[in-house]
Amino acid sequence: MSSEGSATSEKLVYMANQIGKFFASQGADQAPAAIAEHLRKFWDPRMRAGILAHLESGGADLDPLVRQAVESLRATTAAR
Amino acid sequence: MSLIHEIDYGTPRSTSETMVTLTIDGETLTVPEGTSVMRAAMEMGTEIPKLCATDMVDAYGSCRLCLVEIEGRAGTPASCTTPVMPGMVVKTQTERLKRLRKGVMELYISDHPLDCLTCAANGDCELQDMAGAVGLRDVRYGHEGQNHPNPGLDESNPYFTYDPSKCIVCSRCVRACEEVQGTFALTIAGRGFDSVVSPGMEESFLGSECVSCGACVQACPTATLTEKSVISIGQPEHSVVTTCAYCGVGCTFKAEMRGNELVRMVPWKDGKANRGHSCVKGRFAWGYASHKERILNPMIRASISEPWREVTWEEAIAHTASEFKRIQAKYGRLAVGGITSSRCTNEETFLVQKLIRGGFGNNNVDTCARVCHSPTGYGLSQTYGTSAGTQDFDSVEHSDVILLIGANPTDAHPVFGSRMKKRLREGAKLIVVDPRRIDLVRTPHVEAAHHLPLRPGTNVAVLTAMAHVVVTEGLADEAFVRERCDWDEFQDWATFVADPRHSPEAIEAVTGVPAAELRAAARLYATGGNGAIYYGLGVTEHSQGSTTVMAIANLAMATGNIGRPGVGVNPLRGQNNVQGSCDMGSFPHEFSGYRHVSGDETRALFEALWGVPLDSEPGLRIPNMLDAAVDGQFKGLYVQGEDILQSDPDTRHVAAGLAAMECVVVQDLFLNETANYAHVFLPGSTFLEKDGTFTNAERRIQRVRKVMPSRSGKADWEITIDLANALGFPMNYAHPSEIMDEIAQLTPTFTGVSYAKLEAEGSVQWPCNEKAPHGTPVMHVDGFVRGKGRFMVTEYVATDERTGPRFPLLLTTGRILSQYNVGAQTRRTENVVWHEEDRLEMHPHDAEQRGIHDGQWVKLASRSGETSLRALITERLAPGVVYTTFHHPGTQANVVTTDYSDWATNCPEYKVTAVQVSASNGPTAWQKDYDEQARHSRRIAPHVEAAE
Repeated sequence: MSSEGSATSEKLVYMANQIGKFFASQGADQAPAAIAEHLRKFWDPRMRAGILAHLESGGADLDPLVRQAVESLRATTAAR
Repeated sequence: MSLIHEIDYGTPRSTSETMVTLTIDGETLTVPEGTSVMRAAMEMGTEIPKLCATDMVDAYGSCRLCLVEIEGRAGTPASCTTPVMPGMVVKTQTERLKRLRKGVMELYISDHPLDCLTCAANGDCELQDMAGAVGLRDVRYGHEGQNHPNPGLDESNPYFTYDPSKCIVCSRCVRACEEVQGTFALTIAGRGFDSVVSPGMEESFLGSECVSCGACVQACPTATLTEKSVISIGQPEHSVVTTCAYCGVGCTFKAEMRGNELVRMVPWKDGKANRGHSCVKGRFAWGYASHKERILNPMIRASISEPWREVTWEEAIAHTASEFKRIQAKYGRLAVGGITSSRCTNEETFLVQKLIRGGFGNNNVDTCARVCHSPTGYGLSQTYGTSAGTQDFDSVEHSDVILLIGANPTDAHPVFGSRMKKRLREGAKLIVVDPRRIDLVRTPHVEAAHHLPLRPGTNVAVLTAMAHVVVTEGLADEAFVRERCDWDEFQDWATFVADPRHSPEAIEAVTGVPAAELRAAARLYATGGNGAIYYGLGVTEHSQGSTTVMAIANLAMATGNIGRPGVGVNPLRGQNNVQGSCDMGSFPHEFSGYRHVSGDETRALFEALWGVPLDSEPGLRIPNMLDAAVDGQFKGLYVQGEDILQSDPDTRHVAAGLAAMECVVVQDLFLNETANYAHVFLPGSTFLEKDGTFTNAERRIQRVRKVMPSRSGKADWEITIDLANALGFPMNYAHPSEIMDEIAQLTPTFTGVSYAKLEAEGSVQWPCNEKAPHGTPVMHVDGFVRGKGRFMVTEYVATDERTGPRFPLLLTTGRILSQYNVGAQTRRTENVVWHEEDRLEMHPHDAEQRGIHDGQWVKLASRSGETSLRALITERLAPGVVYTTFHHPGTQANVVTTDYSDWATNCPEYKVTAVQVSASNGPTAWQKDYDEQARHSRRIAPHVEAAE
């Protein structure tokens, strides 16, 4: 990561993928929900909006489990 | 108020549960077996004269003053070395004893300068007291004899003097150094009349291995070792018990005063964290409170390029409130936030987060725990259900094996380090997991059974490999796991760790730890009796910090090392109140007591009391605030007692974030580095100037008591109240005790806490509530807070910070004994004599390859930035690893560290930075520019009186 970086998509994607690497050990069935729950509990709304916007624009570089998590986050956000 | 005189029982308390009944001077009493006759007498109120005995060290029996008569025994045994026996009949005062004691005192006095009237110890001299106690009226040998050998006054230590002429060779100082501190820096040199106390090999105190803990000064019965402050001011006349404001040990001290002037800090024997011991910082390094650079008036400025302008409190508060209102009106409710201080009290921290949640209307609050132990909070809450260590400090006295990971307690938590060393000298085994060969690996009378010098960043691999050994060699405590933990999760975890890819042999190439050594260490921890894990920032400050904490929790559960004295998982918290700041709701996703802001029931509780709606969404963490600021979304920050520019990683990014804000408010003692980017400066108060509580690393809540008036006119909690009121969010507290009452009302783990309770009990460890009215020394005794203990799978993921041809070395950072955190306090004390600059430690092999010699200026460069400092060549580090401290802003070590962080909490990865080191001529251009900018920023406009 660049030291001049900010809360850009690149940084959010990196952070989300880091979270995904931990929860990946819980298996494909449980990991997406666990990742989404982590994002809901610890990321402020702007950061969540940022990762959702990144998903809307194609979701480049999101690891598969993380992509699923962000998609489920989008679904619950829309439902609210 | 008067001076608190603690009773000196002469010898340490016996912990035996077997009781012995005896008779002393006709009175019958019952005491624990192993108690000395001297102590037994003192417990019934009879003080037997003594000089070489004091209850901080074991009996020695050299002064021959404490003689007693015992029926049926010949002679006059020393009461300090004679243990009580059933039926023993003792006389402490007879004609023979009086004659003998007087004779002994005559000999002492014949060898002592009689300058009592001008002696610094006048009024606090045990020799003088004993002369009175034995009725000494004459010295048959005259007063003109040769005094004790006097090689000259040693004034080398900045805090105390050594005057050999006043020494009575009681060896109390030598024994205190050995038994209490565990440094073994002192000895008695010479024989007979020539005997003198000698630091090291007849070196000066400053030049010796003395760590200036003050135990020797405290033990000295004469003016041989005397605080320089006592010499210059005189004896104190009253004292107040309070809690140290350095480090998470939370030592209790008597602040000994003369009027409003602090004469000295003396460790309080009843302090349950320190048990009467201290370190150089708490004992001596309090001079910063009156340092000339302290800012005592509020100041504001329109931009950071302008000089500061001193204003009244009213103007400063009104301006700050106006700015935050303006910013929120222009950029939105979420555009501001604040940082609570782990150096301030619980009550102050609680008020800052209340101001942000209730006054700002958002949850953008964070604390310095973000950059130290946030992974501890996350990891332990996931596995055990609570965000704190499991034990009290006394627990170490019951440990058989101590597994120390990424912590250096003799430097960073020195008083607990001494308690740990004492247990190790008694025979407990030590395993050190650390890239550096810290002092505890081999120090006088202590040697680690195993040192695993792992490659920085591989903690998870090492701990999972230890778990592999435990599981595959059948060393797990299955009965404990079945009863106390989720069995299915354990089986999943056991299957994971048992995989051959986690074996010590398989990970050796990654970690650098010899497999056989790792296996032996795991076996020792699992089978060596009570196994206790202590860890520090070497665990948490990694991209896998939270995973490492979970791996530690797994290991303790798997081996049944939880829920009783002597075992447990013990994070050694960094700052004095970092545990408290976390407890008080300083994290953006949690209210006090670690309850998520999304919980409707919890939120309703706070809303009802505070009278405002509260946000249900988590706020920004410190690094997120800085990111948002760079992005133009975050514009105002209230920082109480933190210096994020110096302490947080990637200095340039922090500076960019701060520079992008329109109102930065710094509340501190000094114009710290963050204040270079501030628009408002609110002068804070030291711990000596206010009331409150701190919570230490063992969850112990202790009183901080005001011993002198605030020099700036307001305690920090009063400033926050003023700011809240100016923002239209009313706060009305007359005393911090009222704030604690509110904390207790809102926080389930604090419902039993009040100032009255703290006065009555001295201190309590949370949870303190209906279930545990006297607090909770050891947690998870009958079950985990979360119910069943939860095993978490801990897959090792290598950090993305990699070495390569450009940056082939790994930098890890830490702290040193004499300095504290960013050094704002300790750099403004005489402690600088031990550490006047940050140095780069490197292995001789790495130094030689680069043509670098000891003391030479070197450039330390990473992908983030570069700085220059001088090299210290040492074999404490493995080749390929370098180390430095971050105490000095001139070095700005964090200009080099990166913004990689823990996956769960964003705790920065301070402990792994790929760097290159090369020879240098001196400070870099960046350092020179920074120094110039800091000087420019700290200008204060001359005060101009308003025209009549």
